[in-house]
Amino acid sequence: MPRKFTPKVVTANSLIEGDAVWLTADDRWSPDMAEAQLIEDEELAQERLAHATAQPDQVVGAYLADAVAGDNGPVPTHFREAFRTRGPSNYDHGKQTAV
Amino acid sequence: MYSYSEFDEQFVRERVSQFRAQVERRIDGSLTEDEFKPLRLMNGLYLQLHAYMLRVAIPYGTLNPHQMRQLAMIAEKWDKGYGHFTTRQNIQYNWPKLKDVPDILDALADVEMHAIQTSGNTIRNVTADHFAGAAADEIADPRPVAELLRQWSTDHPEFQFLPRKFKIAITGSPNDRAVTKAHDIGLRMVRNDAGDEGFEVIVGGGLGRTPMIGKVVREFLPKADLLPYVEAIVSVWNLLGRRDNKYKARIKITVHEHGIDEIRRLVEERFEEIRPQFSGVDQELLAGLEQAFAAPDLQEASLAAFESAYTNDAMFRAFADTNVVDHKVPGYGIVSISLKAHGATPGDASADQMRVMADLAERYGHSELRISHEQNVILPHVHKSDIPAVHAALKEAGLATANIGLISDIIACPGMDYCALATARSIPIAQEIATRIDELKIEHEVGHMKIKISGCINACGHHHVGHIGILGLDRAGVENYQITLGGDGTETASIGERAGPGFPAEEVVPAIERIIKAYLDVREGEDETFLMAYRRLGPAPFKAALYPESKEQADAA
Repeated sequence: MPRKFTPKVVTANSLIEGDAVWLTADDRWSPDMAEAQLIEDEELAQERLAHATAQPDQVVGAYLADAVAGDNGPVPTHFREAFRTRGPSNYDHGKQTAV
Repeated sequence: MYSYSEFDEQFVRERVSQFRAQVERRIDGSLTEDEFKPLRLMNGLYLQLHAYMLRVAIPYGTLNPHQMRQLAMIAEKWDKGYGHFTTRQNIQYNWPKLKDVPDILDALADVEMHAIQTSGNTIRNVTADHFAGAAADEIADPRPVAELLRQWSTDHPEFQFLPRKFKIAITGSPNDRAVTKAHDIGLRMVRNDAGDEGFEVIVGGGLGRTPMIGKVVREFLPKADLLPYVEAIVSVWNLLGRRDNKYKARIKITVHEHGIDEIRRLVEERFEEIRPQFSGVDQELLAGLEQAFAAPDLQEASLAAFESAYTNDAMFRAFADTNVVDHKVPGYGIVSISLKAHGATPGDASADQMRVMADLAERYGHSELRISHEQNVILPHVHKSDIPAVHAALKEAGLATANIGLISDIIACPGMDYCALATARSIPIAQEIATRIDELKIEHEVGHMKIKISGCINACGHHHVGHIGILGLDRAGVENYQITLGGDGTETASIGERAGPGFPAEEVVPAIERIIKAYLDVREGEDETFLMAYRRLGPAPFKAALYPESKEQADAA
């Protein structure tokens, strides 16, 4: 039986900075996951991923990551994706500096 | 130290220029990421979790102060003010921007450094005993041979697309500080009955998914035959190595599948074929390199300052006992600078700390620095009378932690805080263990104990050869840590045994504390290290401490 589709966001790393970024509903790449488009339909998810991979001048390695709706926008469900939203544990050198 | 020849200089500069053009073409869209990725990896540039990571080679871990200051400058100008020293004796920058990398490589070339072959399926940075040229137990300085191997392997046309990466380590001492038995090729300098220098050649060691201790393929290889013999080994593996499955591609699997006797036969056969092609130029080159690595002129001096500080300053005494070992020249010491202050990130040094170490090397250490595979920095030639001054300067820079070889001197890979391959974090676990041990004040009582942590099965943190190894995994979306016991990376190498089920992150430190306390309960005096106790008693007392519930259940049954 095919797996039930769970909500996703499209994420990648920016080409120049290497920074983790997320695709928004209005086709921007945001460094803030809360701005990402939460996709609840599998077909749409594949379309948005194809849209992302067609932008090699902006991002590298686009993929779909599991997410759920939070109070202020999508939030990750896996710790790896959670780390990507904030940066490393040992220094405030990542996105946590902007928070 | 070796200085670049005109050829080296031109080669590295041309490579930077070539890469600069490749980066420009990637940014302007002329190259796709699929085309660009192998090119950036050939120049040590990875894309990790939060940013690019540039891995810079420090051949056999040897640096001069000028180079260390340049590494500091790069950390400040193009990164976030620090660098991370690794188990391959490299330095990694965690935050460079793609457009800046060619400038960084140019800055490295200015001090005869580069990032070539720090990635990809090639022969990686050749590592060596970090006490090379200074160790009291040394047969000979292995670095001229390591440099010869570096020159031979760099851009070697036959070995740019090997089945997988290939790692060589070399030691000139019988006490193995280079983990030679866990390398694709390990070279141990030995003497034969006639007193000639040569090598015991070990092949097929490695950690990762399938950890293996290397096997001896040649008990005594004359020094003059080293290059053709190593070439024969890599050449045989290049043909036999499994390209169908990356997890079975390392030479350890080839040796395992074909057997060491068959590998030996093939290597010896290939060696006979290629030996005549080595006309002796390599030996002329080696003779020149041996001159370049001539020992510094070490003068005799009074030991009064050392003895006075040792008698009157308990903090200095602890540092001297733990972080200083005897040099081959009487009156001198080898000073290890710990990059493992309790609670700090193992292997990290700030730009300011790098400059302090460079200054100390220049002023007191005959302008030599070494990076150890244990992620520390070594001043290999310091007169003992200067060590109190060195210690005072280190203290001011937050670099005087007296914990070399003790519990908090932990190897930890970057883990999921930085690495795209990792399955769990390593750094916070190392920080928490070190902090807890400092609170307990038992580190010196426990003595020699090596804890090593990896954030995935690739084992960059060498956890398999830690007396206590910790492996971070993803268990159903939660970080989970497996513990191995009894590993050893020295001349008595062994792979640690898995103790049992893993622990969630918050339970790792208490678990380690229980093992340590169990060791203190069972050891036969202070001279029996944890590893000795483990080998005498086996895992039972430590497993019982790790899993008290199981013991209670067994007792009740």
